[in-house]
Amino acid sequence: MHAFDYHRPSNVKEALALASRKDEGRYLAGGQSLVQAMKLRLSSPTDLIDLNAIGDLKALKAESDAVTIGAMVRHAEVAASSGVRKAIPALASLAGIIGDRQVRHMGTLGGSLANNDPAADYPAAVLALGATIVTDKRKIEADKFFKGLYETALGPGELITAVSFPVPKRAAYMKFKNPASRFAIVGVFVADFGGKVRVGVTGAGPCAFRQADMEKALAAKFAPESVASIKVKADGLNSDLHASPEYRAHLITVMAKRAVEAAMK
Amino acid sequence: MSVKVSMKVNGKPVAADLEARTLLVTFIREHLRLTGTHVGCDTAQCGACTVLMNGKAIKSCSIVAMQAEGADILTIEGVAKPDGTLHPMQAAFKENHGLQCGFCTPGMVMNALDFAKSHPDPTEEEVRDSLEGNLCRCTGYHNIVKSIMAGARAMAGKP
Ligand SMILES: Cc1cc2nc3c(=O)[nH]c(=O)nc-3n(C[C@H](O)[C@H](O)[C@H](O)COP(=O)(O)OP(=O)(O)OC[C@H]3O[C@@H](n4cnc5c(N)ncnc54)[C@H](O)[C@@H]3O)c2cc1C
Ligand code: FES
Ligand code: FES
Repeated sequence: MHAFDYHRPSNVKEALALASRKDEGRYLAGGQSLVQAMKLRLSSPTDLIDLNAIGDLKALKAESDAVTIGAMVRHAEVAASSGVRKAIPALASLAGIIGDRQVRHMGTLGGSLANNDPAADYPAAVLALGATIVTDKRKIEADKFFKGLYETALGPGELITAVSFPVPKRAAYMKFKNPASRFAIVGVFVADFGGKVRVGVTGAGPCAFRQADMEKALAAKFAPESVASIKVKADGLNSDLHASPEYRAHLITVMAKRAVEAAMK
Repeated sequence: MSVKVSMKVNGKPVAADLEARTLLVTFIREHLRLTGTHVGCDTAQCGACTVLMNGKAIKSCSIVAMQAEGADILTIEGVAKPDGTLHPMQAAFKENHGLQCGFCTPGMVMNALDFAKSHPDPTEEEVRDSLEGNLCRCTGYHNIVKSIMAGARAMAGKP
């Protein structure tokens, strides 16, 4: 790992001031992606601005119409939160199958979204639930946040402070995971808002995306057979040693079908 | 840049001037000379470096020491009684032949200690799930699973 200067601001204002002074500075959340990347010298920031001491980023509020989760809330906390489990059980169970126990004790919602790994789980939920990403500057709609491979709408130094998830009538997430890394080869999150249905897909493309054909079919009739016959095109989907684009396209339909089944239970 | 870090390790306050890029596992092994915490992969995959931070299992190879500033760290050296009596989880690994070469064992035990707190009588499936972040190249996991099931019950005072 290359050397860097370490900072531990105690509030958001200080963190932002540091970020604006340090061109090559990066925020440090749990370190579960960033420290790994720095060890491999894929990333070599001059400054790390550690967010761990900022209490404002750790709030979690579950209300009847929305669940708002601070950027520094760990995956394990979302999974265990009785408020989240009651309001959006699918979101709690998604958080509970990210990586492994040790990763879930450190990894954060804000870090996962800012990193925007193509196989990360949270992006599928953010898109399907139509969440709002709150930053120090503005509120970003889910549909405008994920821009491409590891690319988001965040500007330089822009800090995610929280994410607000609307509560659906019912929802479920199904992930076909890579057995070694536990990341999603394909993951599908289905959310039914009563007549309006949103489907978020992760792992399949350069970043998470919505599946319009399935949304339309499910809005007409929320049932597994509505998506079972939808053939997803393989064009533009990821190809790696784990799965071909055709296999991923097939998995989108299978996972969507299982997610609808699970949501109906 | 050098930074001042202070934390509690196995109940004792420790402090040091470190390079900011020092990993927690490096601090534990090379500065504190507590070499029971192992480095198997250095890429967050194997869990041999698992320690408890404020009671929760984490991989000490994947955070910098400063992320543990002010925290309470427990390593495998702090688990047995000072007179050498094994902790019930360690005793369960011994009794159930839960190790062969022993390289993965400190990480297995630390993760199991945390897991058992919320699972006093875990099923085999729950134990296997809890081991997603721990790799063993020797045992085939079977006896590790048996050990953790027995250890968790012993910790909860169940036969
Ligand atoms: C072994 C392993 C298995 C994993 N498996 C999965 C899996 O199955 N599914 C999955 O989804 N993920 C998985 N992950 C990733 C994990 O979920 C982490 O949450 C993710 O890596 C982000 O890490 P972090 O929260 O620690 O952020 P960091 O690594 O600290 O930061 C990541 C990036 O986000 C930036 N950042 C952090 N916080 C903010 C903020 N508030 N505002 C703006 N920018 C910010 C940082 O500057 C950095 O660029 C896995 C990781 C490991 C090591
Ligand atoms: S050495 Fe930390 S997970 Fe392998
Ligand atoms: S006992 Fe040898 S690696 Fe697990």
